[in-house]
Amino acid sequence: MINRLLAFVGRHLDRQLMVLVTLILATGILVLFSASGGSAERTTSHIINIAIALTVMWIAANIPLHYLARIALPLYLFGLILLIIVEVIGVEAKGAQRWLNLGFMRIQPSEVMKIAVPMMLAWYFDRYEAVLRFRNFVTATILVIVPVLLIARQPDLGTALLVAAAGFYVLFLAGLSMRLLFGIMVAGIAALPFLWNSLHDYQKQRVLTLIDPMQDPLGAGYHTIQSTIAMGSGGFLGKGWLNGTQSQLEFLPERSTDFIFAVYGEEFGLLGNMILITLFVLLIARGLVIAANAPTMFSRLLAGGVTLTFFTYVFVNMGMVGGLLPVVGVPLPLISYGGTALVTLLFGVGLLMSIRTNRRLVQT
Amino acid sequence: MELRDHQRELHLFQMRLAIAAFVVAGIFVVILSRLFYLQVIQHDYYELLAEQNRVNIVPVVPHRGLILDRNGVTLASNYAAYTLEITPSQVGDLNALIGELSNLIEITPKDRRRFQKLLEEEPDFSSIPIRTRLNDEEVARFAVNRYRFPGVQINARLFRHYPNNEVASHVVGYIGRLSEADFSRLQQKGLAYNYTKSDYIGKVGLEEYYEQELRGVTGYEHVETDANGHSIRTLRSILPVSGNNLLLALDVRLQRVAEAAFGDYRGSLVAIDPETGGVLALVSRPGFDPNLFVEGIEPAQWAALNDSPDHPLNNRALQGVYPPGSTFKPFMALAGLELGKRTASYTINDPGYFVLGGSGHVFRDWKAGGHGIVDMHKAIVQSCDTYFYGLAQDLGIDMIHDFIAQFGFGRRTGIDIAGEVGGLLPSREWKEQRFNQRWYVGDTISVGIGQGYNLVTPLQLALATSIIANGGRIFRPHLVQQVQNSQTNDLTTIEPYPLAEVPLQPRYLDLVRNAMVDVTRPGGTAAWAGRGAKYSFAGKTGTAQVIGLRGQQYDEDSIAKRHRDHALFIGFAPAEAPKIAVAIMVENGGHGSSTAAPIARKVLDYYLLGIEPKALATSAHDEGSEGD
Repeated sequence: MINRLLAFVGRHLDRQLMVLVTLILATGILVLFSASGGSAERTTSHIINIAIALTVMWIAANIPLHYLARIALPLYLFGLILLIIVEVIGVEAKGAQRWLNLGFMRIQPSEVMKIAVPMMLAWYFDRYEAVLRFRNFVTATILVIVPVLLIARQPDLGTALLVAAAGFYVLFLAGLSMRLLFGIMVAGIAALPFLWNSLHDYQKQRVLTLIDPMQDPLGAGYHTIQSTIAMGSGGFLGKGWLNGTQSQLEFLPERSTDFIFAVYGEEFGLLGNMILITLFVLLIARGLVIAANAPTMFSRLLAGGVTLTFFTYVFVNMGMVGGLLPVVGVPLPLISYGGTALVTLLFGVGLLMSIRTNRRLVQT
Repeated sequence: MELRDHQRELHLFQMRLAIAAFVVAGIFVVILSRLFYLQVIQHDYYELLAEQNRVNIVPVVPHRGLILDRNGVTLASNYAAYTLEITPSQVGDLNALIGELSNLIEITPKDRRRFQKLLEEEPDFSSIPIRTRLNDEEVARFAVNRYRFPGVQINARLFRHYPNNEVASHVVGYIGRLSEADFSRLQQKGLAYNYTKSDYIGKVGLEEYYEQELRGVTGYEHVETDANGHSIRTLRSILPVSGNNLLLALDVRLQRVAEAAFGDYRGSLVAIDPETGGVLALVSRPGFDPNLFVEGIEPAQWAALNDSPDHPLNNRALQGVYPPGSTFKPFMALAGLELGKRTASYTINDPGYFVLGGSGHVFRDWKAGGHGIVDMHKAIVQSCDTYFYGLAQDLGIDMIHDFIAQFGFGRRTGIDIAGEVGGLLPSREWKEQRFNQRWYVGDTISVGIGQGYNLVTPLQLALATSIIANGGRIFRPHLVQQVQNSQTNDLTTIEPYPLAEVPLQPRYLDLVRNAMVDVTRPGGTAAWAGRGAKYSFAGKTGTAQVIGLRGQQYDEDSIAKRHRDHALFIGFAPAEAPKIAVAIMVENGGHGSSTAAPIARKVLDYYLLGIEPKALATSAHDEGSEGD
């Protein structure tokens, strides 16, 4: 009986992904406990978020592939409509209009697009499998740009970048010509001055701060300075769990969310960082392997897009904490406190599992 | 065809996936390199920064040394008082907070101004006093309401206090907040490590001169502090070392008597123990209350002191320069005797004036009609100008300069307060350099009676008098007799030995001293002041002209008060074994005999006999006050 229940629960769960996700989540609980100053309340709330997100992952893992393909378009349209509604009647918080108040909860429609965009593109390319033409890429590009612009207008640069990246990965994997890619890059660089002018002051400040954090050590540069101090002072072995002075004495801002990696690096040192990065690399590698072996064009592109998006989270967050990238609001996957990102990311992992296990069960 | 495209697309996808994997690996290598750079290569640097973040080094101000007079009476002390302090980094709207606080505890506009000034100077994390010297009721009232004022606390701090207020204010001086200029001076001397920018430092007087003795060594507490400025715990503390105490030669009771003796007159008095060079009293009138300066003086009070025509902030004893007038004559007499230009029995017949041979220029004696037959004794007792005109001419400026210079005229005495000036002992070279003019014989004649270019400070005059009193020994005058080490209580005595000696023959000294004793006896210029003295009282009166009325009679009352002559007096007693030598200058006091000599008498009576002076007699001008 119990065996049969376990078999039912575990039927669509990829064992390797499951082990990696569990290890990273466990690390996350430890770090969050320290980052929240030993707050049982915060930690409990984090564990509850994890439980919800794991449930979502399990559900995603159990959705058959053809259902997934079928919900791609409706999900995309649903997300797009929500974004437009936010544009009109969204709730403003911290100077940005990102939230939609549903009365009982507030949701962030831009989060939906992180999954909906790669899914939509994968579905679109799948329809034109083997007859892909240039105009398909143009259409696909428009499908990416419209939600990205809507999100960037909120303004939420971090999420816009992630959604754009997710879309770009699918385009790239689908075979967007290298020459065109090169052309886009040149156009992008040419557009930089215009892009710069369209940035909000606080966004410009963040970029300038990256170049020279000391020009405003108590203002915009404060995050970067304090996080590099935390990281650097951790040394090779770290200061030990709960012993990070930068985090425990509250010098690190946003230490349980976007800057939690600095807490981890301070307390567990370079050794801990290498272990965590290894776990992430293995998880991403597993995702790429799943993509390589996926049965359909749709599943290949979706798995590749989701995996590379996950990777983008990791490197943007680590780059920001390490002082390599400007401060953009991107959490460290499966570690940072915050339910929305956790659900989205584990939903993505669930999709990978679905793609993996359905290939095994349903041979095409 | 379609199948081939399938294959081609799969192949393309796998190619692209491989590229992506390659990029992923590359980026992780970059991130790991960056972490290696931060956590291994730059580790020491960031560890230091983290320590600087975490550890707040709080200076602990040492107890400043006390200043005590020769009998142990306190001239400068510290007392603990409660201050209400604000830590600006923990407060949002400072003005609103101060407004709220002022409903509870009185905060004057002066308090606000001082707070603003300190706020501009201090780093964010330190706490800044908004009110000092809270009384018990105010402390209690704040304690009850404390929860309403985060970032505000009551601290016990030490304050400097000068219990004698105006008495000896120029000697003791005062401390004040460290200024930018003070700090850069300390940096030049390499002493800045011992101060924080919110510290106090001696500004004037002994507080300034002995700053390094009084200061002590600042202690430090290493306090672990969180980002909000809350102290978590003390990691380490280095205790401060208290400053050393100063034990003065000065007798504050004598000082008080001397200051009172001036009445409303401006002027200065210096009393020296001829046996040690210790300064027994050093008066500069008017004085000021040094307590006004400690917490920063009010602009209005500052303006009142600084702009007053009486210049109360000037230390006249070492900064005021005056012609010595007839107090110069005993030194001239010694010059004449020692250099062989005069003998005790040499006499002149004084017609009341002196005619300079050759030019025919006439120099008048203060007494119309003259003193008749005058020897050296009588010349000093009656202050005969004509005698000294002739002596000056016979000596010549070079001899006068070289002999008189031995008594310390024309250069700083080296007393232990800053700001002393050197006065002026004229010489041939000086005049050529200063005016590019040669020295005339006529110049020498004026110098002979202490007028002309001569300028002395009361301190120089007192030192020179003490040299006559002690038989020629020269001490560096010093206010501090001993420094008491705060840790060991060991006493270090300051220079109790003479620096040099003026070679004077005892018989010449006796002649001059005896004449000076007779100055205060009937027939002398200070007879009135010396009447009834129970000890042998040697002295010499003097008058320094303020405006050029040389050699003419003038009516004192018709001249504006500030144009009246300065009155001078030097003296010592008991003449046979002097214990005290004084020099007194009373600005616009008229004749030395009428205003300066009576002050000396009161000071000597008190010091030698312990007699408290009575109210100033009003008959001073009527009785026997002849000459200058």
